[in-house]
Amino acid sequence: MNAVPHAKHRDVPVPREVLHPQSYLREGSTIWSWLTTRDHKRIGLLYMIAITFFFFIGGAAAGLIRLQLMSASGNLVNDRTYTELFTAHGIIMVWFFLIPSIPATLGNFLVPLMIGAKEVAFPRLNLASWYIYTFGGLLVVATLLSGGVDTGWTFYTPLSTLFSNTRVILAAAAVFVVGFSTILTGLNFIVTVHRLRAPGMTWFRLPLFVWAQYTTSVIMVLATPVLAMTLLLMAFERLTRIGIFDPALGGDPLLFQHLFWFYSHPAVYIMVLPAMGVASEIIPCFARKRVFGYRAMAYAMLGIGAFGFLVWGHHMFVSGQSSYASDVFSLLSFIVAVPSAIKVFNWTATLYKGSIELAAPMIYALGFVVLFLIGGLTGLWLAATALDVDLHDTYFVIAHFHYIMVGGTVMAYLGGLHFWWPKIVGRMYPERWARIAAWLIFIGFNLTFYPQFLLGLAGMPRRYHHYLPQFQLLNQLSSTGAGVLALGYLLPLVYLIWAMRRGVRAPDNPWHATGLEWHTSSPPPKENFEVVPRVTGAPYDYEPTSIGPEPPHPAGPP
Amino acid sequence: MILNPLPPPASTLAPKIDHLFIAMAALTGLVAISVALLMLIFVVRYRRGSKADRRNPPSGAFWLEVGWTGIPLLAFFIIFLWSTAVFSQYYRPPHNAAPIYVLAKQWMWRIQHPNGRREINQLHVPLGYPVELVMTSQDVIHSFFVPAFRLKQDVLPGRYTYAWFKPTRTGSFTLTCTQYCGTLHYSMLGQIIVMRDADYARWLATPNQEPDIIAQGAVLFRSAGCSGCHAPGSSVHAPELRGLYGRPVPLSDGSTVPADDTYLLDSILEPEKQIVRGFAPIMPTFRGQLSQDDLDALLAYLRSAEVP
Amino acid sequence: MSTPDAQLGIPPAAQLAAEQPPAKQFGTRSNQDEATEFGMWVFLATELMFFGALLLGYAYGRHLDPAGFAEASRHTDLVIGTANTAILLCSALTMSLAIRAAQRLERGALMSFLAVSALLGLLFLALKGYEYHDDIDEGLVPWADFRITGIHRGAAAMFYFLYYALTALHALHLCIAIIVVLVYLVRLRGAAVAPFRQQITVAALYWHFVDGMWVLLYTLIYVASPRS
Repeated sequence: MNAVPHAKHRDVPVPREVLHPQSYLREGSTIWSWLTTRDHKRIGLLYMIAITFFFFIGGAAAGLIRLQLMSASGNLVNDRTYTELFTAHGIIMVWFFLIPSIPATLGNFLVPLMIGAKEVAFPRLNLASWYIYTFGGLLVVATLLSGGVDTGWTFYTPLSTLFSNTRVILAAAAVFVVGFSTILTGLNFIVTVHRLRAPGMTWFRLPLFVWAQYTTSVIMVLATPVLAMTLLLMAFERLTRIGIFDPALGGDPLLFQHLFWFYSHPAVYIMVLPAMGVASEIIPCFARKRVFGYRAMAYAMLGIGAFGFLVWGHHMFVSGQSSYASDVFSLLSFIVAVPSAIKVFNWTATLYKGSIELAAPMIYALGFVVLFLIGGLTGLWLAATALDVDLHDTYFVIAHFHYIMVGGTVMAYLGGLHFWWPKIVGRMYPERWARIAAWLIFIGFNLTFYPQFLLGLAGMPRRYHHYLPQFQLLNQLSSTGAGVLALGYLLPLVYLIWAMRRGVRAPDNPWHATGLEWHTSSPPPKENFEVVPRVTGAPYDYEPTSIGPEPPHPAGPP
Repeated sequence: MILNPLPPPASTLAPKIDHLFIAMAALTGLVAISVALLMLIFVVRYRRGSKADRRNPPSGAFWLEVGWTGIPLLAFFIIFLWSTAVFSQYYRPPHNAAPIYVLAKQWMWRIQHPNGRREINQLHVPLGYPVELVMTSQDVIHSFFVPAFRLKQDVLPGRYTYAWFKPTRTGSFTLTCTQYCGTLHYSMLGQIIVMRDADYARWLATPNQEPDIIAQGAVLFRSAGCSGCHAPGSSVHAPELRGLYGRPVPLSDGSTVPADDTYLLDSILEPEKQIVRGFAPIMPTFRGQLSQDDLDALLAYLRSAEVP
Repeated sequence: MSTPDAQLGIPPAAQLAAEQPPAKQFGTRSNQDEATEFGMWVFLATELMFFGALLLGYAYGRHLDPAGFAEASRHTDLVIGTANTAILLCSALTMSLAIRAAQRLERGALMSFLAVSALLGLLFLALKGYEYHDDIDEGLVPWADFRITGIHRGAAAMFYFLYYALTALHALHLCIAIIVVLVYLVRLRGAAVAPFRQQITVAALYWHFVDGMWVLLYTLIYVASPRS
């Protein structure tokens, strides 16, 4: 066995061909070799292609929504189309982009590498998961092409069961199907982390990214089936008029909401925990510091995962549920905010006495922390029952969860893509462009969503095709921001693809980072490691004084 | 609007909510600014190459962790207690609150006063008296939201939900639906009109007036789907209805009929009977889909000058 | 987790000879076996939550109208329910014996116990089908001429919807479990036991999940309230 202490590794200039076996990208280059691959790295890339496709479809829907809202009573799209647009935006972004985003792409690529494994536990299931996702994606495309669906992504009954005359069943089927791909990914990661850690890789030597993926996987496995069953019941009731949600049948529409949010609140943590994992890798690396409070960080994630299951009722404070239930859910929601606060404080403390370089991944990661902080703090407003009475289903809520999911998750996802791009494709991205894009996204995002907090406080409800004239100025500001944001998102699409072929060749460890994934070649060989690594120390063994004033990585092409 | 976006409070509960808003804004604002500022200071001071002292970098501090777990927990708990205390008042209407019955349907608010007086998309209430809303829905879930009162309550089919308020200012306040209820969700708006005692008594004494039924017809015109084809600018080629009432209509068989009530009713229920010249017989029948009340309202609307 | 071979007194070499090499990511065969078994446990956690949605519905409905659920529960067929519980508990025993036989590589005993388990499962399904037939005859179908009227009608309708949904979902799982057992019976004909030893242990876990779920359903559906 080859002893690899976590940090003391330094690149030695040895000709690549001598040192490295063939990269996973070169093991067969036909389409067929990709479509039948069992390699977790390739499956991660397959996922990346698929979710990028859906990200831009969902983004196009968002763009049209923002264009429509440029004027208080415009008719760029008619009202029916508008409802279909925000429904499509929600369904696609939640289930076809955000939930698989970090876990299925970076998670698939990195979890085995980070724990020193050659593969995930069940490679065939992993590939099956991608095919299931793709099938679900085809169903969602079919939904859009056959006329769309107008229930909102929440499918609330009885609107969805009795009143909508759009493609509800098809859309529900798409979500139902894609749920199984989530479950399989989660199952795979849980077993992988439990059984395939390299010698010496104890639980408390795991990188926080792996902790995040692990906690996320547990939520995926436990929450997703509830959604599947709920949508099944909803579709069944719509088809047969037999069920438990229609009051005329002795049912209760609130039961649907309970079941839906029992899944969908933990699903928020499916979306944001992996993002926390990414930030926890990037920040120590570019601050050259050990992550502050490693154990507290790991426990905080477990705490979020556990308490995340107990707060679903805070989506229902004005729904008609009992006020006592609301009080309990409110208290639990405040409690679940505590571990999130711990994480923000720890990231901040990690910067203290570091040696900080604002490279593109670091801009994304720090941007993530700031936006997540704002999203989390405004979450407290919504957790307070009395304030939620005023804020519920207004643009305040829209702004809040976009700060978490777009400001948080998408920032972290992009940060992660940049950070690991050299490892994934073996070439550097252009640093200057990346910094421009990161700042553009940060500014565009705030311009888009900060005004929506004000709109919500002023009383503008969500899902409105026309709105009162006094809201117009803030809406125009928001739409302008959306334009900047769109530009910011298109830039990485262009230059990351460009970098795949034209970027400067990446060394194995361009950031002088300490994770196991940096101890193999860039890109890694099919089996990840030539020699199974043996771990002898804690992660994040960075020294702030070990790096000189010069950036440790090539600056990229001019 | 930027500095204080909240609409001016107009109910007894609204100022209590606003106090909580201010406290929450102060608390979360303070945390946000301090953390962001601290991050900025660290990023500048410990930028790579700076000469800052980096000896003995800490990688954890137990009491710090305990502190920033415990202090937020305590602060949250205080806010929670405060919020819960205010929230409970939403569930304790004053004993003398007058009941008002609210029936929500796609896409209108039907309101009935205890004396039988009905309104649509409007609610007249006297200043300074508490009102309890007894609400149910005829179809999907709606939500009764009056921003100036800081009041919101979902309205469900198959059960009653309740809300109350006591207005503190006269004027007209926006009522808006906040639970997405279908295509015309955005048009489910109304007004709460708070009047002085004497004005309210006078209003209550006047009998129901025609405009109500016309307003109802206007809502039906959209909700039943008429506007999909008959509104100006529609992509479907259908006869225009503005100013139609009373005019002669040329039919495809060469004859001409006056557009009276019977003609309008026939056209809604048996559209294939009389086809207007130059139009395709594509209109579906609405027999069985509209109640007599609905038809009355639609006809009243078509007779009125409000047809688009 | 599987019992160490040494404790069973079987020479390990005799089995290892018949086994496949482990997949590359596992390193050793025993790691692969444990990972597979652990994977089944995680899968069962997912399965539990499929039922969990309906159970949450049950908890919600019962919380809203406990008397209605009690009233509805009194109309269920306690005799068949209890008999079915006994049958599945017996099958749990025979399945455990099958695992022991598999661990000891006793081919005859293994096949007999698997066959008995499958038969007990089929017997359960037959009784369940008979019970559905009775329920329909007695007007216990909430969407067709429901027998229970009065103020508890709504809750009773919810109870019976959940009854059909839960028991049908359970029956579906039992069907899958029976098919899996039958497949192994076919594959074991004229084949060595050793290569299947681990797979059968994992399959048996699934069987036990189906059993355990029934015990839970039995208490919630049939003995939800005291009967006079």
